[in-house]
Amino acid sequence: MEMFKGYDPGKFYDEMFAADSAVRGHCAPLLRRFGQLEQQDFLTRKANSELYFLRQGITFNVYHDKRGTERIFPFDPVPRVMPADEWEHLEAGLTQRIVALNLFLHDIYHDQRILKDEVIPRAYIEQAKHYRPEFRGVDVPADIYIHICGSDLIRGADGQYFVLEDNGRCPSGASYLLENRNALKRAFPGIFDDMGVRPVDSYPRDLLNMLHHIAPRRDGDPVCVLLTPGCHNSAYFEHCYLAREMGIDIVEGGDLVVVDKFVYMRTTRGLKRVDVIYRRIDDDFIDPVVFRKDSVLGVPGLMNAYCSGNVALANAVGTGVADDKVIYYFVPRMIEYYLGQKPILPNVPTYLASEEADLKFILGHLPELVVKAANESGGYGMLMGPTASRDQIATFRERILADPRNYIAQPIVALSRSPTWCDGAMEGRHIDLRPYIIYGNEVKIVPGGLTRVALTKDSLIVNSSQGGGSKDTWVLRH
Amino acid sequence: MLSRVANTFYWMVRYVERADNLARLIDVIQQLLLDSERLDSERLRGFWQPIILSTGDDEVFSSLYDKAGSAEVIRFLTDDLRNSNSITSCIGLARENARTVRDQLSDELWEEINALYLFTRSEEANRLIASDPPRYYANIRRSAETFLGIASSTISRNEAWDFMDLGRHLERADKTTRFLDVASYLPGGAEGVEMAAPGILHWTAILRSCGALGAFRAFKGGIHARGVVDFLVFSKDFPRSVRFCIEKADVSLHRISGTPRGTFSNDAERETGRLLADLNFGSTEDAFAGGLHEYLDSLQGRFNRIGEAIFESYVLMPERIELCDVDGSRSPSALAAWQMQQQQQQQQ
Repeated sequence: MEMFKGYDPGKFYDEMFAADSAVRGHCAPLLRRFGQLEQQDFLTRKANSELYFLRQGITFNVYHDKRGTERIFPFDPVPRVMPADEWEHLEAGLTQRIVALNLFLHDIYHDQRILKDEVIPRAYIEQAKHYRPEFRGVDVPADIYIHICGSDLIRGADGQYFVLEDNGRCPSGASYLLENRNALKRAFPGIFDDMGVRPVDSYPRDLLNMLHHIAPRRDGDPVCVLLTPGCHNSAYFEHCYLAREMGIDIVEGGDLVVVDKFVYMRTTRGLKRVDVIYRRIDDDFIDPVVFRKDSVLGVPGLMNAYCSGNVALANAVGTGVADDKVIYYFVPRMIEYYLGQKPILPNVPTYLASEEADLKFILGHLPELVVKAANESGGYGMLMGPTASRDQIATFRERILADPRNYIAQPIVALSRSPTWCDGAMEGRHIDLRPYIIYGNEVKIVPGGLTRVALTKDSLIVNSSQGGGSKDTWVLRH
Repeated sequence: MLSRVANTFYWMVRYVERADNLARLIDVIQQLLLDSERLDSERLRGFWQPIILSTGDDEVFSSLYDKAGSAEVIRFLTDDLRNSNSITSCIGLARENARTVRDQLSDELWEEINALYLFTRSEEANRLIASDPPRYYANIRRSAETFLGIASSTISRNEAWDFMDLGRHLERADKTTRFLDVASYLPGGAEGVEMAAPGILHWTAILRSCGALGAFRAFKGGIHARGVVDFLVFSKDFPRSVRFCIEKADVSLHRISGTPRGTFSNDAERETGRLLADLNFGSTEDAFAGGLHEYLDSLQGRFNRIGEAIFESYVLMPERIELCDVDGSRSPSALAAWQMQQQQQQQQ
């Protein structure tokens, strides 16, 4: 208990303590177990978990360092704990959402009913940066577009969950979810006893089952590969990790060739046919014949094979249109339109700069809002109104006026906090949650997801590129 | 197995083997210097110059350093990242290759090469190089051997293993000839020092650097040029002799292609088979007939040709790529970039 003495939940929703500083029921056993650790013991174990990441090579390079020093992504050993009923609610909401998103993508790449019925203005789709009109009419295996979705969830001051954004292209981070669990189990085995923490290790299996499900060839064992941009990509560790866990080959663009609209990989025994590609390369780089001509990462002719139905891609081409933050605004309407259901998980209230009334509101309230570019991610292209300087606000005002289609604004959500070890004391830090939703012959979501934590005091930005770390996420059986 | 992955396994092991051999060489020369009395700078240079030449980096060295004193050479060969063949560089490249095929390595194998990499870049390593070099080199050697030990007990005997074994033995054969070649650069050349007292000192050092001194004594050879060459080039049994290594490479190549030994299905097998026959039926007479240095030089040339043939047969596959041009979609620039990228690893 010593380490939590004097812990201040503050005026935010704290994942472990209620407003009166009483521990939340489902966290009590965990707190007791941490209480039995001496601080010195805690620190030694924390250091061991860090060593685990270093030895496993789960690191990133520090630029401008000639000796090539490597750092680990910060990992906080205090897990985020979620009771069973809370998770059931999220699971239902995320399942509803991925089903609707896939119906939406199938629709806009075929009949475009949702546009004809004017639920979404046609112009928004046609102006979406990642919309690929040239793929209209192309059928994809099992009509699935987003096979793996990372929908970021946040909690407001009263503990309510919101969907902050959807990542339907190449969401990354699943390997950290798995390795965080491994590291915590090794360093703090004692805290797991009898807690009823649901395991997360089914993820690679679920992923492989999904890849098998979408194989165009229905006979025999389909050949699945993971396509990576290469070992200098910052997510390369994850690519290797997942390929190994699934037991499939990890390939670079140059390893694949297209002959007569079929995809093959170059092996020491000649060419071998490939059925399914779990690609971790964005649309723009995947085929220099169709997209960026200067890409050496991709596979010339791949789109030709794909459109002929001879190879499946996960995720499909053109899903980026759903990541557009203007399209995000319409997801609750998609759920009602395609499924006839009320959305289980709400969006964060959003204002579209391209709508006149919204624009007026945005411009009048810039210092209170967060403004986001419609197609940026990773915490870039953002204006945090309350902490921004006058100059920054002025700059964004100009940008919004110059290109209203490309901007949205949202009220600042005071993200929930979780106790986090910060230089000698437990302090509250803001967190979010990225679950990984897999859509194959059924929807599978590994319990919990990756909890990201903004390590800088008072910061609301959890991205690893901007001082974020992560935590293990526990979903309890009961 | 993917061609690129085969190439990666091959080079991963070559770089580990290279670092291991370099550590042996430097350590032994350092020890040898302790035995020698009052070396003036000219003699000192005589000692080191051949080591630099033996790793084939003379030009790089001259462009970076003004003189070839012990401190400079050791720095250059040990942890100078500007030298792509220094120990630190080799370990970095080995680890980079390992990282690329991380999905196919056991955790322990990855951890060993990663730990070695972290060691070479650590303050501790820096300190040891300055204060206790023998311990530094012993660390490198031990870790390289541990790496190979873990590999041999955790990698299935499939193509990955065959390409690793191939890389290891070709690198080892090459380095053994380079150790022997050190003698050629010493004053008077290999023949000149054959009977003289300093000759014994050098030959002993060379044997020791190959970990061969004990085995050589059992072999009952005399410590002179012919005896040592007979052992390190033609021994059928010693694991660092050229003949032994080429025999192993030949076995690996035939396991990969499935062609019976004694026949060939590609240039790599043909070149290796030819060289193996020369070694099986040759003797020290051949080695000294046109001068030892020339002989070793020709061996190194043949190793390089084998390496190139392996690359052509299993990684580049030019005839198969032509086949892929059928639908006209493979842009030449992407292909060229890919080939260039693969070849970057081909540093001899």
